[in-house]
Amino acid sequence: MASVESERPGGELLVPTPVKIVIAGGFGTGKTTMVKSVSEIAPLHTEELLTEASVGVDDLAGVEGKTTTTVALDFGRITISPEIVLYLFGTPGQGRFWFMWDELAQGAIGAVVLVDTRRLDSSFPSIDFFERRDIPFIVAVNCFDDAHKYAVDEVRGALDLDKSIPVMLCDVRDRESSKSVLVGIIEHAMSRLDAMA
Amino acid sequence: MTGRGDWWYDEAAGPVVRPYAMVRGRTRPVTAELHLVTQVRAMPSASDPESLTVEHLEIMELCRRPLSVAEVAAYLDVPLVVVKVLLSDLIQRGDVVIRDPARVAEIPDRNLLQAVLDGVRGI
Repeated sequence: MASVESERPGGELLVPTPVKIVIAGGFGTGKTTMVKSVSEIAPLHTEELLTEASVGVDDLAGVEGKTTTTVALDFGRITISPEIVLYLFGTPGQGRFWFMWDELAQGAIGAVVLVDTRRLDSSFPSIDFFERRDIPFIVAVNCFDDAHKYAVDEVRGALDLDKSIPVMLCDVRDRESSKSVLVGIIEHAMSRLDAMA
Repeated sequence: MTGRGDWWYDEAAGPVVRPYAMVRGRTRPVTAELHLVTQVRAMPSASDPESLTVEHLEIMELCRRPLSVAEVAAYLDVPLVVVKVLLSDLIQRGDVVIRDPARVAEIPDRNLLQAVLDGVRGI
């Protein structure tokens, strides 16, 4: 971890600028594993308590009465410098927790959508989410040992992705591989900025 | 634990009551919106520690180095909403300073992205 200087010249307390990257994808695609492989701390866990008002009424099927429910968040941290700290947030389950996704995506550098080729459809809602909001994202195919290996173009075709969306193959258990995925989303976000300039 | 001795609830009230008792039933922070990654840093000493609860003091201790709202919640093991209320008390008292994400509604600027990119490559 980079050391944090306590003060700026002049005695003002130094408080870093936070940035974040969202790690999305269907259940079991390796989101928490990826956070774990690159985070400088063991992934942290926190919960938000929700009341009914926070959750879309149509999505409440099965949740009876005026109970509160919790949405769990797992996240990691990479101290970039004394001035900048990067957070990696795994998204909570798709569906009932979209409002939490909105908070996670707000101001994010971008998102990584993890894909398991054995269950491609489990990541469709994540892709839709970031496409609709025009948030920079890349697709990272987590290559599970027992899954058939597909080429990037095959995955792109199967997911019906725009050619501007980068697709990478990775093994999120591997730190270097996860790092290259993070580099991928940051570079993609930068190239989108350049295209807009 | 409110520190005020008003134990009006018991174990039967379940785990949800305690966090809200900690903030005396308040569910809305009174100051500016706090985001998950908003950085919090404690001033070198609290202005009037006697008037702070145990939880406030724990936050002051944790935030001797800058931490995000989400990290504070995780380390204290209380829901985010509770931490936001406690933090808003400390902000009002001037006992902590905060820094919001670069630009909340927008993606970060290019220089910041370049610095993050270099940083990630270097880990």
